[in-house]
Amino acid sequence: MSEAIVTSFGRVRRSRAEVLPLYFTCDAAIPIGRKVLPYGLGRSYGDACLNEGGVLLATRGLDRFVELDLEHELVSCESGVSLGEVLALAVPRGFFLPVVPGTKEVTVGGAIAHDVHGKNHHLCGTFGSQVESLLLMRSNGERLVCSRTENPQLFAATVGGLGLTGLILQATLRLRRITSAQIEVETLALPDLEAFFALSRDSDPHFEYTVAWIDSRARGPKLGRGLLYRGNHVEERGPLKAPPLRPSFTFPCELPFSLLNRASLPLMNALHYARSRLEVGKRRVDLGPFFFPLDGLGRWNLVYGRRGFFQFQTLVPPDRAPEAIRAILSTVAASGQGSFLTVLKNFGSRASPGLLSFPRPGTTLALDFANRGETTRRLFGDLHALVREAGGRIYPAKDALMPPEQFQAQHADVLADFRSCMDPAFSSSFWRRVTGD
Amino acid sequence: MTERTYRRVLVLGASSGIAQAVIRRLASQGAQLFLVARSAERLAAVAADARVRGAKEVLTHPQDLDDVDAHPSLLDRAFAALGTVDLTFVAYGVLGTSEDCERDIALTQRVLLTDFAAPALFCQALAMRLVGQGTGTLAVLGSVAGDRGRKSNYAYGGAKGGLAVFLAGLRQRLYRHGVHVLTVKPGWVDTPMTASLRKNALYAKPDRVAGDILRAVEEGEDILYTPGFWRLVMGIVKAIPERIFKRFSL
Repeated sequence: MSEAIVTSFGRVRRSRAEVLPLYFTCDAAIPIGRKVLPYGLGRSYGDACLNEGGVLLATRGLDRFVELDLEHELVSCESGVSLGEVLALAVPRGFFLPVVPGTKEVTVGGAIAHDVHGKNHHLCGTFGSQVESLLLMRSNGERLVCSRTENPQLFAATVGGLGLTGLILQATLRLRRITSAQIEVETLALPDLEAFFALSRDSDPHFEYTVAWIDSRARGPKLGRGLLYRGNHVEERGPLKAPPLRPSFTFPCELPFSLLNRASLPLMNALHYARSRLEVGKRRVDLGPFFFPLDGLGRWNLVYGRRGFFQFQTLVPPDRAPEAIRAILSTVAASGQGSFLTVLKNFGSRASPGLLSFPRPGTTLALDFANRGETTRRLFGDLHALVREAGGRIYPAKDALMPPEQFQAQHADVLADFRSCMDPAFSSSFWRRVTGD
Repeated sequence: MTERTYRRVLVLGASSGIAQAVIRRLASQGAQLFLVARSAERLAAVAADARVRGAKEVLTHPQDLDDVDAHPSLLDRAFAALGTVDLTFVAYGVLGTSEDCERDIALTQRVLLTDFAAPALFCQALAMRLVGQGTGTLAVLGSVAGDRGRKSNYAYGGAKGGLAVFLAGLRQRLYRHGVHVLTVKPGWVDTPMTASLRKNALYAKPDRVAGDILRAVEEGEDILYTPGFWRLVMGIVKAIPERIFKRFSL
């Protein structure tokens, strides 16, 4: 065990913790008398993967496959295996994960703990809804198989449970067959926000994957302009090449300032919009660029410079979505603190087994902001007020700033059940911030 | 031809970080594996992973290699199971700093046994069978620490250095018989063995080291430094005269 300074993906906070690397599930042990938290690839943006003053159980060494059952379309692996590694195994054999987030550089344990979602949420639900079972180690040494039928309450608490119910040692995930490692994707221009809601409604039943990129700087009648990407797996037989495990380029070092700033952001948004408009139409793309475009640039979070960046991801219920999203986008555009990766998507109604799972029917909007200190915090204060007004939620995996009342309100109906399933030795900086525990 | 050269592989110390990385690569190429490690549970986890990744067959044999009397029966089993052994990888070792060794003579003893005596005895017993087979590669993990004695880890370095000399002799002995001996000298590798040490930019990933090892096996290299820059570093370290070197704090 050694003390280390750990940062999350947003790199805003430097947090001190003891890091205990785990290598084998058979002899994994949880240190007694300390507050512990599992830590995978550290891809959550805020403080959900941090445990200031406590112990981080580094799971990346738990990276073995346990079983591959192609007949029943299941793969079992240890919790530190990355989704990229699962795909490197599955894709050449003609299989894919039914739900993947926007990066494959997360561990299976982390994907379960945050119950991550992807571009097909409207049809397939969350990552957790594709988990068949998991093996959970509690701080008292117990190892419990959890599934929808065995220890179902603990299973529900662990899916989306922010790593607070114990250490996930292994998981069994569903796979789905594919015949080609390509997606047939169609790009449509969205002149304004209305177009997103109309086109999304029309596209969602026919396209497994839909997601929109929004030009966060557009205002007035152009507010919400952007591009809608919709796609399906290519059904003909094609090459089965897994997305590359390593990025083609890795950002070499931290810069003292953010490359995405007041000068460059408007230009980049405008350029992206103009360039992508040329791509409007249909084409076939590989799995990597379609699902994980940013994995091609290693350590891309360094473009935000030394002070790091904040992510804001909200979900607003369907009846409030058009006005709330409009209000949020207007506030962002007026603030001049543009975001480059502005993503808009409609979630579907398929319920997750997870108690604290973030997705619900409605519209989700994600933005990122270079950390400009008080200015950025003030903007987040305004955005959080709009979310609260609309009865919306904030995604813990992305969050570093939500008010405790927000977290407690958005999970009010399940918080007591969740607490009863928590492991008393587990905690995180996030949890202490939003609950005061 | 090159693919055939390590289709049937015997791995000792199969749960070590570097061995696991080698096993993963061999498994995904469809190799037939006979894996040996001390802990049956760890061995089972490594074997399951190799099966999933595509190994043709994975056999396991829990065994502590410090128990040198058990070497003959272990070799009997491995050769019976694999028939011909194309590649034997000995990745078996324990780290001990001088500070710890000086405090605990039993640890020094263990380092000398596990990092020198036991693997040397095993390699000798194996060598006789490889002579009978008339083919095969023996790849053994040494260390750059064995290139020059330093005060920080002289027991470990001495054992690994001794092993390198032993292997050099064995290489000459087996050359005429069509058997090849590869001494692998990794620098710092990010594995469970080095978990307690503070990492720096010179630490290599086990998978990178594994790739170097399998390439060196294929190309019939005698001594592999991995990553390659260690050849240069150790060349310089070895060139410093002892009367100067002894004053250094390394």
